[in-house]
Amino acid sequence: MSTADDINAAPQISKISEAVIRIAGNSQDGIQAIGGFLARLAGRSEQEVMTFMTIPSTISGGPSIFQVRIGSGEVLSSGDEADLLLAFYDHSYLAHLNSLKPGGIVIYDSDHMKADDISVENLTKYRHLGVPISSLTIEAIGGTGRDKGKNVFALGLLAKMFGLNVPKLHKLLAERFTGKDPKIVETALNAFNAGHNYELITATELFQFKPGENVGQSQVVMSGNEALTFGLIAAGVRFGAGYPITPWSDIMELLRRELPKYGGQFQQCEDEIASISMAIGASWGGGVAVTGSSGPGIALKTEAIGWASMAEMPLIVVDVQRGGPSTGMPTNIEQSDINIACYGGHGDSPRVVIAPASVEDCFYTAIEAVNIARKYSTPVIILSDQGIATRIEAFKEPDLKSLMQDISPDLSPVTDHKPYDLSAPDGITRHIAPGTRVASGKYPVVTGLEHDELGHPTGSGKLHTQMISKRRNKLKKLASEFPVPKIYGPSEGQILLVSWGSAQGPVQEAVKLSREQGHAISAVHVRYITPLPPGLETIFAGFSHVFVVELNDEGFSGVGQLGALIRSHIPDPKIRGITKVDGLTWKVKEIINRALELAK
Amino acid sequence: MSEIAILNLPASRGANTNATPVPLIPDADRKPLTKKEISADHPTWCPGCGDFSVLALYFKLIEKRKMHHEKITTVAGIGCSSRFPYFVQAHGAHYIHGRALPFASGVSLSRPDLHVFVFGGDGDAFSIGGNHFTHTARKNVKLTYVVMDNSVYGLTKNQTSPTSPIGFKSKTDVWGAKDQPINPLKQAIAAGATFVARTSHTNPNHVLQMMEAAMDHDGFSFIQCLSECVEFYPGAFDTSNPRKGGKYELVPESHDVTDEYAAYKLSENLHPGLFGVFYKNKRATKNANEAEIIADLQGKHAGLEPWQILKKNFDRMK
Ligand SMILES: Cc1ncc(C[n+]2csc(CCOP(=O)(O)OP(=O)(O)O)c2C)c(N)n1
Ligand code: SF4
Ligand SMILES: [Mg+2]
Repeated sequence: MSTADDINAAPQISKISEAVIRIAGNSQDGIQAIGGFLARLAGRSEQEVMTFMTIPSTISGGPSIFQVRIGSGEVLSSGDEADLLLAFYDHSYLAHLNSLKPGGIVIYDSDHMKADDISVENLTKYRHLGVPISSLTIEAIGGTGRDKGKNVFALGLLAKMFGLNVPKLHKLLAERFTGKDPKIVETALNAFNAGHNYELITATELFQFKPGENVGQSQVVMSGNEALTFGLIAAGVRFGAGYPITPWSDIMELLRRELPKYGGQFQQCEDEIASISMAIGASWGGGVAVTGSSGPGIALKTEAIGWASMAEMPLIVVDVQRGGPSTGMPTNIEQSDINIACYGGHGDSPRVVIAPASVEDCFYTAIEAVNIARKYSTPVIILSDQGIATRIEAFKEPDLKSLMQDISPDLSPVTDHKPYDLSAPDGITRHIAPGTRVASGKYPVVTGLEHDELGHPTGSGKLHTQMISKRRNKLKKLASEFPVPKIYGPSEGQILLVSWGSAQGPVQEAVKLSREQGHAISAVHVRYITPLPPGLETIFAGFSHVFVVELNDEGFSGVGQLGALIRSHIPDPKIRGITKVDGLTWKVKEIINRALELAK
Repeated sequence: MSEIAILNLPASRGANTNATPVPLIPDADRKPLTKKEISADHPTWCPGCGDFSVLALYFKLIEKRKMHHEKITTVAGIGCSSRFPYFVQAHGAHYIHGRALPFASGVSLSRPDLHVFVFGGDGDAFSIGGNHFTHTARKNVKLTYVVMDNSVYGLTKNQTSPTSPIGFKSKTDVWGAKDQPINPLKQAIAAGATFVARTSHTNPNHVLQMMEAAMDHDGFSFIQCLSECVEFYPGAFDTSNPRKGGKYELVPESHDVTDEYAAYKLSENLHPGLFGVFYKNKRATKNANEAEIIADLQGKHAGLEPWQILKKNFDRMK
């Protein structure tokens, strides 16, 4: 966005290729809805979009924001600084003004804030536009003076400001409110039009997006939790069980509503232990079932994860991470569950841990996780986080017809079967589901006790050694199937940033920006947390410094959780950590500054 | 988009990849299983343990009801009694301590073609698994749960259990237990179980009768089966054993098994207490309720392939 200080009466129209819009108010103001409309519109306009929002931790609401970054080209993060701030109250104004770029525009509700409250310093630093949003909304749609509808009015203002496609927005509004009283659609359109027709006489500049670059691409717009849920459904998962906890609940609620359409079901259980147990029972029944939670619930599931590792039962465990330990910072982002995901459990209990990098990746990771669980008879933990879970992105519509899987059990009879066959050519355990007839009359048992090839208990140290190796080796085989991670940027340089999970976008943007500034920084993203993908050591060799960027504490080792895990494989002191636990996503500049500082 | 390793559906998860078809006797010509065909590992229980007769009667039930191998599904938690699945030549799962019920519920709900039997101890059921007992009962998940109650922790060698009577001397209550024990029948009735029965390993015919009735019940069927631990609590149930001078008194025929309060009253004193069906009622099972939801939603999407159902969601997200 340019910051032309044009003083002509008629505002100039500037062509822009991206904008960051932050909407700040209270959660009951329908801020998420405006953000959602903007994101959807961008998706329908072949643009890229990424959002960021905060959820108040109390039910009764409280301050809340929604930030949306729309780009005609690639959008990697939700943006460090906003080009425009829409503030509904003085408290929203005060709390978020510092998130605005110098020269940025702030639209504030002048019914809730007096012009006198604006300091001279701020007046010169930012461009202010006072609009009596509340009273104009009441004027347009009537009502009791409660704040309903002002979000849609504000959407109209933004549409004017950014030259957004009004017919498309009308259609989105109509779709959103269809089914309800037809008057509601009419009222929404009235509020929108009032905002859109409002003369922004004091505005010095209006904007127009360049056309989106994702031409001809049919895009879908959804949150990471939604993408993960639909990925599980596409993968053929037809049974799930869970217990509510933020930010995992969306997934269970959606699965509960959706699975019966496919002949499946999702059970809300009495606790997380029951949930995982039910899911494991259903997996033994022949499917690949899902359970999930966030930190505290994952802690409760660890004994059962150990059973699934021991009995070699396919299972999907979703962990949508939040700030921990204990109840921690339940509505904030953190990536501090690597340790419990990879090591949580007693004994040697290998499992697979995969962390999706984006909303789109949530969809494909779910399918991949199910196929790994099935092929390798193993629990797979999908390590998502609050950031990806709640943010909205547009991505290319997947080819559902070719992706949809049917993994219903095969109950055809077998001659003989040893699930834990030590001489299996690929070393992988395969189960037959109950209901499968075995001609030899010898039936297998699945168990958490160390066992022989049929699943019967053994106290033999030799068998224990063999079986432990078997469970380890099959996942080493899996690791050899993983692709070598691609380097983002040149394969040699001063600094290599290692990201995982939702840090991929901001880290790649940091690489882009710092390269423009002349720094030799590249990045590599790790999706497979356990087992690690091949080739990392070779990649690291091209750089003087390797910094693992993650949202957790540096711990006693001075590197974060993934850093420590990587160091246990590649014990090189040049691997260090860039970590933080302030409950916020990474800012691009923050990553660059920290990296340059650490490399000094 | 990131690079994905395994997006292609791997071959069937099962081992059912045999190249040669398996020649099998048609179901109609299959003979009832013999005890030899149903027994697997030799039980590791102490000689004289009550659990032997429970196992023998499970075999009897399988024989009598002409159950086929592959349909027998036996699930247990952890404890002496919970080792049950290893002794049965059939599909079995030996899960973790106290959580057999939710595991079995996952099997029952996802595989309505199977009848799941769950066996376990009193500690497994009412201590560590207490919460699951309550919720499985109230949800009326279709399965049969036989708690082999010896009123002691057997496997861990003689600690007080939730059903140990006041005064019982164990390694954790050397002076005699002081806490009020759980009354399994009251617990089950109050939780909403739809079939509640009591039997004892000393009366084989009665055990079989109760197992049959439980199996035929459409819902959560619970049997408290007294099963003496000869090692740590010998003589625990002598008062109900006629051979030891006790009295095996049946639930009176006049008792209305659908009367919850009457059943509760009959469960009052369990030393020696009565034997038989205390409570039995018909209520929609969890399985039936889920099936109804599925039928309803599938009906609304009739004629659509799964991918088309999903596509409808995606179309709404454009
Ligand atoms: C989580 C967990 N805690 C404790 C144990 C140890 N443990 C095994 S069996 C058992 C109690 C067994 O008592 P009961 O369920 O009455 O079965 P019994 O042996 O008497 O048949 C305990 C405490 C365990 N296996 N797992
Ligand atoms: S310890 Fe008791 S319950 Fe366990 S096998 Fe021996 S007699 Fe049976
Ligand atoms: Mg016991």
